Amino acid sequence: MTFLIDRRSNPRQKSAVNRQRFLQRYRERIKESVAENLRGRQIAQDGKGEKISIPARDTSEPVFRHGPGGRTTHVVPGNEEFTRGDRIPRPKGAGSGSGPGQASNEGEGLDEFVFQINQQEFLDALFDDMELPNLTKRQLSGLEEFKRVKGGFASDGAPSNLSVIRSMRSATARRIALGAGKRTELRRLEQELEALEDSEGTREQRADLEQRIADLRERLARIPFIDDVDIRYHRHIKEPIPHSKAVMFCLMDVSGSMDQNTKDLAKRFYILLYLFLSRNYDKTEVVFIRHHTAAKEVDEEEFFHSRETGGTVVSSALELMKSVVEARYSPTEWNIYGAQASDGDNWPNDAVRCTELINQLLPLCQYYAYVEITDAGNKPLWQTYGPVREQWADTFAMQHISGPGDIYPVFHELFRKQSA
Amino acid sequence: MSAQSPVREPLSTESDWTFELLQDYEREIARIADNFGLDTYPNQIEIINSEQMMDAYASSAMPINYHHWSFGKHFLSVQNSYRRGHMGLAYEIVFNSNPCIAYLMEENTLTMQALVIAHASYGHNSFFKNNYMFKTWTDAESIIDYMLFARKFIADCEQRHGVDEVERVLDACHALMMHGVDRYKRPYPLSLNEEKQRQLEREELLQQQVNELWRTIPTPDAENGERPVQRFPEEPQENILYFLEKNAPLLEPWQREVIRIVRKISQYLYPQRQTKVMNEGWACFWHFHILHELYREGLVTDGFMLEFLQYHTAVIYQPPFNSPHYSGINPYTLGYSMMQDLKRICESPSDEDRQWFPDIAGSPWQETLDFAMRDFKDESFILQFLSPRLIRELKLFNIENDADKDHLEVTAIHDEWGYQAIRESLSASYDLGNLEPYIQVYNVNVRGDRALTLRHDMHNGRPLERQNAEEVVRHLHQLWGFDVILESVADGKVKTSIAHSQLSSCEA
Repeated sequence: MTFLIDRRSNPRQKSAVNRQRFLQRYRERIKESVAENLRGRQIAQDGKGEKISIPARDTSEPVFRHGPGGRTTHVVPGNEEFTRGDRIPRPKGAGSGSGPGQASNEGEGLDEFVFQINQQEFLDALFDDMELPNLTKRQLSGLEEFKRVKGGFASDGAPSNLSVIRSMRSATARRIALGAGKRTELRRLEQELEALEDSEGTREQRADLEQRIADLRERLARIPFIDDVDIRYHRHIKEPIPHSKAVMFCLMDVSGSMDQNTKDLAKRFYILLYLFLSRNYDKTEVVFIRHHTAAKEVDEEEFFHSRETGGTVVSSALELMKSVVEARYSPTEWNIYGAQASDGDNWPNDAVRCTELINQLLPLCQYYAYVEITDAGNKPLWQTYGPVREQWADTFAMQHISGPGDIYPVFHELFRKQSA
Repeated sequence: MSAQSPVREPLSTESDWTFELLQDYEREIARIADNFGLDTYPNQIEIINSEQMMDAYASSAMPINYHHWSFGKHFLSVQNSYRRGHMGLAYEIVFNSNPCIAYLMEENTLTMQALVIAHASYGHNSFFKNNYMFKTWTDAESIIDYMLFARKFIADCEQRHGVDEVERVLDACHALMMHGVDRYKRPYPLSLNEEKQRQLEREELLQQQVNELWRTIPTPDAENGERPVQRFPEEPQENILYFLEKNAPLLEPWQREVIRIVRKISQYLYPQRQTKVMNEGWACFWHFHILHELYREGLVTDGFMLEFLQYHTAVIYQPPFNSPHYSGINPYTLGYSMMQDLKRICESPSDEDRQWFPDIAGSPWQETLDFAMRDFKDESFILQFLSPRLIRELKLFNIENDADKDHLEVTAIHDEWGYQAIRESLSASYDLGNLEPYIQVYNVNVRGDRALTLRHDMHNGRPLERQNAEEVVRHLHQLWGFDVILESVADGKVKTSIAHSQLSSCEA
């Protein structure tokens, strides 16, 4: 007796729970590994998941086992040259618990436990215990997507929406209602007929009763089983899906003092911010604004790669950001995030204007982060923004970055979960 | 190979399988197996894909198991090596249950599926049903039910006490899993309903029994002082998990039940560890003969046989010790060669065979093999049936590794003086007592600090691996709740000892 069963279509990922348990248990290690990976990571690559490697000894499961030492005897196959009593020098590096030959090829890859996690798990590890500061606006916007939800029943609709249960229910109700009087009458007549004794004198009366009963039966049978008026259809209504939308403004100084290396650092920061935002919002848009003495809205390619020279006027970028917000991104509808990267230089006379503009912008923004990519200490822009930070502690943050290794920690610092 | 029976049409000529073809092959294989007198459980053959195969790998070869991070880890590492091409997956997995469940991978060719059906569904299956180890220690009828119970119970515990709490107990139990086995007692058969019923009663009862231990703390008559010291337990106990389940003073009832579950699973897997060589040898022997019978009857083509023989030889290949592929003795080779050799000894014994095996030389081979399959485990099977001829074929030799000497010594080779020595040491190397450290519960200091003392009997002076042992002692401490001391004993003297109270408490 044999059963042949096809299990291939069974739900996949039976081990998903165990896998999650494992990831959970080694969360700290995985986070370290992720932060480590980030350093060498090509920013453009994503959607692929990450290779994680954690020390194997951390994940080992201890059991009692024999250590080296003592006397052991092994039986080994393939003897070609040995005879009884031969002495063989102990193989180097072999644990003396293992036989010869077993010694050689075991050394590799045992120190690290390496495995793949997917993109989602990577982001979870990356942004674990970080949060978007301040509130999130959820906006019902008119022309967004709708979803169809069931909204009761209707007496007209497409045949595919026919509700059989409802239709049958109303048909039954109608049949009961239409037939009730006749059935009562029928029962009465039948009882009468039964009470009547079967004799010559009553024949005429009986014939009359039987005729009426037959009439009633026929009329009852003529009540339709199902009628057009019984038919009911499922009704669907459209409900707008609430969307949370974010726009991220990338502001970067592209004046002569910003070299490619500095821009790369800035780029990494922006990518991290983008990943983080797109994880929290259904829809994330990015606006790139670069500036030297004048600001310009550009596409991503131009933002990172073309070079300009000249002086630096930061207020031009802030001005442009403000006008873009006013034109396209109503703060009632959009969550606005600003990220500015600069080497900290600014034209000295611009400071007042900057302060004024940033004070106008901050009420519109959810959060505004300024990173200064510099080795040296307080540059002009840092000093300009200093007082702003004190005034807008909730929405404004600034940090120094001096090398690739700083980016993730700084990012982590900027978006640290604020414990209540 | 001459065709004696009328030549029939081959069952198929392509290499892709379909369900109809599998059924045809299965029917023919079943018929031949029956002719050979194989006694099997009903079969349940399931087709699965590679991911499901990895799932099956990961849950310690159980069709159903509770959730634990270590299974996830196992899954990830299998998945990783598989993706990078470091390893292929097994062609099949088979469970000792009734009906006998065998997993077949969908990637296999038709030839491979036929091979696997013969190997797992008839070879392993008949071994599971008839070998005394499996008959004594496992209950194929109820294991699936029991695993269902276990999974549900652990899930309930996680709900009630939190995943972390349950995980801590499970981690500790897993560390001691190999020491949760009764070696000499027949366990009571498991049944889902009884298990559920009895579980509640057990909880209360166990709690009461533990109190016995509490009651033995100082009583007035301890003043005499000269009373002979009575150990608890009176006899050393080798089933550490059982001892903890029944006697650990501070455990909650659910924790005792978790220990019990791990213990039961370990007990169920125990025969498999002891019969690896025989079980695989038996299955290889039968897939070889069944498929050859199919060929003899003209049911399979030459191409089929060539493909089959390629798989077969790959499975039973034994690399010599100086090959880079060598990783110990291949149990498939050893088992299969011994089974074939037994058949040869029965059918055409040489003078040497008559001298070494007077009882079986020339006896009917099917009966002899059946007897060998039923009443032995690896250790005794090798001790009884490893023939000089096979020792010569495999060119086996003994190497002695004594830590006190600075060289290894060849103590026996495949010659007249060496046969018996090789046989004995090969047999001993499959004795679980030799493979795993032998550790027993020795004493509980019931009148003092309730410290638990375990003793490791050093076999041939072999010590424990220290780092692992310390970790396990930490786990032990977690279950016991008081100090735990592990002593390694040789010649009646304590050589080394690990006490939990002296371990640095940096890690949990």
